[in-house]
Amino acid sequence: MRAAAPGRTAPTPAVLAVSDLRTQFFTDAGVVRAVDGVSFTVGAGEALGIVGESGSGKSVTAQSLMRLLEEPARIVSGRIHFQGRDVLAMTPSELRKLRGAGMAMVFQDPMTSLNPVLRIARQLVETMMAHGSFGEGEATRRGVKLLGRMGITTPERAINSYPHQFSGGMRQRVALAMGMSNEPALLIADEPTTALDVTIQAQILELLSELNREFGTAIVLISHDLGVIAGLCSRVLVMYAGEVVEEGSAEAVLSDPKHPYSWALVNAVPRLDRDPTAGKRLTAIEGAPPDPLSEPPGCRFAPRCPFRIERCSDHPELLEIGPGHKSRCWVTQAGASLELPATAPLSTSPVAGEVGLATEGSEPGEGGIVALVRSSPPRPISPSGRAFGAPKERPTDLSHEGRGEEPPFPTPLLEVRGLVKHFALPKRGFFEPHRYVHAVDGVDLTVKRGETVGLVGESGCGKSTLARLILRIHRPDSGSILFEGNEIAQALPGTIRPLRRHLQMVFQDPYASLNSRMTVEQILDEPLRVHGLATTAAEIRERVAELLEIVRLDPKSGARFPHEFSGGQRQRISIARALAVKPSFIVADEPISALDVNIQAQILNLMLRLQEELGLTYLFIAHDLAVVRHISDRVVVLYLGKVAEVAPAKDLFAAPLHPYTRYLISAVPIPDASIERRRERLRLAGEPPSAVAPPSGCRFRTRCPLAQPICAETPPLLAEHRLGHFAACHFAGQF
Amino acid sequence: MPRYIVSRLAVTAVMALLATLVIFLIANMVPGDPILAQLGDVAASNKAFVAEWRAKWGLDLPLWERYLIFLKGVLHGDLGTSIASQRPVLEDIAQYAPATIELATVGFLLSLLIGVPLGMLAAIKRDSWVDHVARAVSLIGVSSPTFWLAFIMLALFYGGLQIAPGPGRLDPIAFSPPTVTGLFLVDSLLAGDVSTFRDAAAHLILPSIVLAAATLGLITRTTRASMLDNLHQDYVRVARAKGLRERRIVNGHVLPNALIPIVALGGLAYANLLTGAVMTETVFSWPGLGRYTFRSAEALDFPAIMGITLVVALTYLIINLVIDLSYAILDPRVAR
Ligand SMILES: Nc1ncnc2c1ncn2[C@@H]1O[C@H](COP(=O)(O)OP(=O)(O)O)[C@@H](O)[C@H]1O
Ligand code: SF4
Ligand code: SF4
Ligand SMILES: [Mg+2]
Repeated sequence: MRAAAPGRTAPTPAVLAVSDLRTQFFTDAGVVRAVDGVSFTVGAGEALGIVGESGSGKSVTAQSLMRLLEEPARIVSGRIHFQGRDVLAMTPSELRKLRGAGMAMVFQDPMTSLNPVLRIARQLVETMMAHGSFGEGEATRRGVKLLGRMGITTPERAINSYPHQFSGGMRQRVALAMGMSNEPALLIADEPTTALDVTIQAQILELLSELNREFGTAIVLISHDLGVIAGLCSRVLVMYAGEVVEEGSAEAVLSDPKHPYSWALVNAVPRLDRDPTAGKRLTAIEGAPPDPLSEPPGCRFAPRCPFRIERCSDHPELLEIGPGHKSRCWVTQAGASLELPATAPLSTSPVAGEVGLATEGSEPGEGGIVALVRSSPPRPISPSGRAFGAPKERPTDLSHEGRGEEPPFPTPLLEVRGLVKHFALPKRGFFEPHRYVHAVDGVDLTVKRGETVGLVGESGCGKSTLARLILRIHRPDSGSILFEGNEIAQALPGTIRPLRRHLQMVFQDPYASLNSRMTVEQILDEPLRVHGLATTAAEIRERVAELLEIVRLDPKSGARFPHEFSGGQRQRISIARALAVKPSFIVADEPISALDVNIQAQILNLMLRLQEELGLTYLFIAHDLAVVRHISDRVVVLYLGKVAEVAPAKDLFAAPLHPYTRYLISAVPIPDASIERRRERLRLAGEPPSAVAPPSGCRFRTRCPLAQPICAETPPLLAEHRLGHFAACHFAGQF
Repeated sequence: MPRYIVSRLAVTAVMALLATLVIFLIANMVPGDPILAQLGDVAASNKAFVAEWRAKWGLDLPLWERYLIFLKGVLHGDLGTSIASQRPVLEDIAQYAPATIELATVGFLLSLLIGVPLGMLAAIKRDSWVDHVARAVSLIGVSSPTFWLAFIMLALFYGGLQIAPGPGRLDPIAFSPPTVTGLFLVDSLLAGDVSTFRDAAAHLILPSIVLAAATLGLITRTTRASMLDNLHQDYVRVARAKGLRERRIVNGHVLPNALIPIVALGGLAYANLLTGAVMTETVFSWPGLGRYTFRSAEALDFPAIMGITLVVALTYLIINLVIDLSYAILDPRVAR
């Protein structure tokens, strides 16, 4: 429950005033204007959000405020006033007194931002001692108290530990304790929750909001996730290509964005508070941000902007267009609203929008918008000749009424029963017994032909291991895997190889998963050759061009190398590689997690279209629940190697039965400030226990508020509580 | 942590045992007949004489029995009797080792005390003149052949400029200090003999520089790279954002991390200096283990060769153990 902050928007004396800040990197390739004329103020006790895709200049702005950047970065002009003092005119020693005292900062990656060889105590205490406010004993006592305040249990023990003994979430609490230790007037948090699970993210955001209220600390919260900003910040800046393109109250920017880029951000993300079956469109604008070495002379967003007009070749200013609401856009400055004509044909001309390569740009009139409507056209014929005419409706729409209609996905493509995989850990010592990570511990899973099954759960719960077992990258310890009627759990490589054709995988990291020394053509023809699907050079060339066409890349780009493509384009190449062998089943392990929201939307739309055109079946792994709900027919929730709940997507999100699912859903931030503030948030305390020694009985019991004695004794069975809706809980649905 | 120490010790013990076996086998399987080498052509053609001689040195027993005898001896500190010198091998080694230890230690300290600060400065003041000097030092050190460097140094500072003393551990006319440790620097001080101390120190300068050159280059280079790597880590930016002084950031945050790879490198380098000084010792007429090794090898003096090899192996094992244990102290992630 984040308290609304009424009146925070009222002008208070500014803690921080930035005007016309320009920070540039003088690189060998030329000058990168990373921050280009940014102005804003932060009032005392105010929480300001900064959003934008990666590379838009958020981090450089943040680090400029404390002058933390090093060569080749230089602040070339502008003014930064902190509590009335000119930061840019400060001497090094004045600057040092400011850092960590008046102004503190928390960074994105808690795994690397603590010194690995020093005890927490030392790192915490030095922050206080460096500013002479406390002696060592006093500082240590305060450190313990601070750690406790940040939600660390047994802070006395924690303070004497080393960083590696903590999880990411715990480390971020330590970083917050360091940041708050001198009670700064301003705390800058640069993507503080991006590297964390959604449940832990909710905890950290809650904590930030408490600190903001309790200590009156002003906060600058940087994120690429609008939902994260929505609950905490009263005001939002949207950055694009080094500039602020919109500024306004969080409510206004998120519900009625006045810049096409903010508009695109808001519409690119699937949202839990909206019904995905109601013909909702996921809007993906084409292309990527401009090359920072050569920004377009006019509006920097113009090459991607669907609302572009003639005037946009001139550079617009950031102007007030409503009370406290500014935008850098000719169209909205002229009073027009951002509404796309709801033309249906957009989705039927698929080539128009999803284009990745600039050379293949769409006609300006269509503005490069792709809107994909979730209710699908009739399905084409599948490779095996089976018709996929069944409309993609949720089975439970019928099941609630208990009608005995034939299920829409009749044949299971994949049936997993009692799958187990334990990994042996390296021994701690010579005479120690072996210990095992119970990564996957008796999982049942059915995937029917043509459906999409989403797999969610906190990191470390076994999602990727399960995917790898199904693909037989790992060999299961026990259990069965039936793929198209073939038992492959213990099958030998020779038996699996011909099946590999039908089972393909797309990985999270589009950078690591493509061989950087192979051209796109080589990457794509490798699987063709291995499976003998194309033999002559002409055949191969034709198929490669066809594959590139399918994923909307330039068919002529086969001779280029992966590094010449952007992240989103590389993910298209990965998908093309998976498609090369005409598989029926694709396992996608966090395929969009490393991408910006806009590119995420592009890839999601691509995957949905491919499913419709090729009759694919997906197992889609993601930690973003909104995305999973958007794309999945059914959702499987994993907790510590076991299935907690399985249900049709709509039922799962409308009426979860397992307490864990309920908490997961509640932790997802919604990019709407007014909803987010009114929301009664359920807080899931703590972190998943170790998978080396999972709790007895129900694995969730250590965090479950409903837990009873029976939960420690008897593991709950995965039972069908409603038609097609399974949950493993003794008290399912009884909250 | 105690568990970690115990397990490292156990591993070291097993390795040491393996080393004795390997050394024994190799020494007993190399081609070349020690009898021929020792007795000369005439005596070697006398069958009875040879048999008696073989029995005397135990060469007529089966291989495994000879190994057990060897192992038992080793455990009692008995490495056998040198065929060439007719003295216990351990005594020989004890006589030659101090000269080598003294030379290697001085050389090692030299490369550490110059290399680490130089590498640090080079990293902190990247692309400044210090950095260029550091790069030159590491390039020259790593790439000059020892033999060549030794002659150049001798020719320049002893022959040409005459500011350094010549080969040997002391002036030819000087007397060694009374032996306590065998290290002249230590023994002369114990005896309160300052002039001998000076003499010994002066004689150490050239050979230790020559011996340390490669190590110095390596340590400078590694320190610089390791510092640079750590200076760009996130935790350094965090430390800066806390308002710490730059000195404190470097010494308190960066150095403890940057030292970790240097410990491993330094340890191995020291072991190399202790065991690989043949060239330097020869050029500087240094009565150390290197020369003893060389002579024993020439004579195919098996007990001596086995003894030396064992000492070398043990040196490596012990230094490795020390490296592992220092890791556990420096890096809390190593021993849980
Ligand atoms: N060390 C650097 N050298 C050159 N350019 C850089 C460097 N660091 C960041 N940039 C550039 O600065 C711009 C803004 O980056 P950043 O502030 O990190 O974006 P964000 O935090 O919004 O993802 C980008 O164009 C990026 O390429
Ligand atoms: S100024 Fe033009 S191109 Fe830029 S955002 Fe507005 S409409 Fe789009
Ligand atoms: S079985 Fe018990 S502990 Fe487990 S989720 Fe249900 S109520 Fe909670
Ligand atoms: Mg950033």
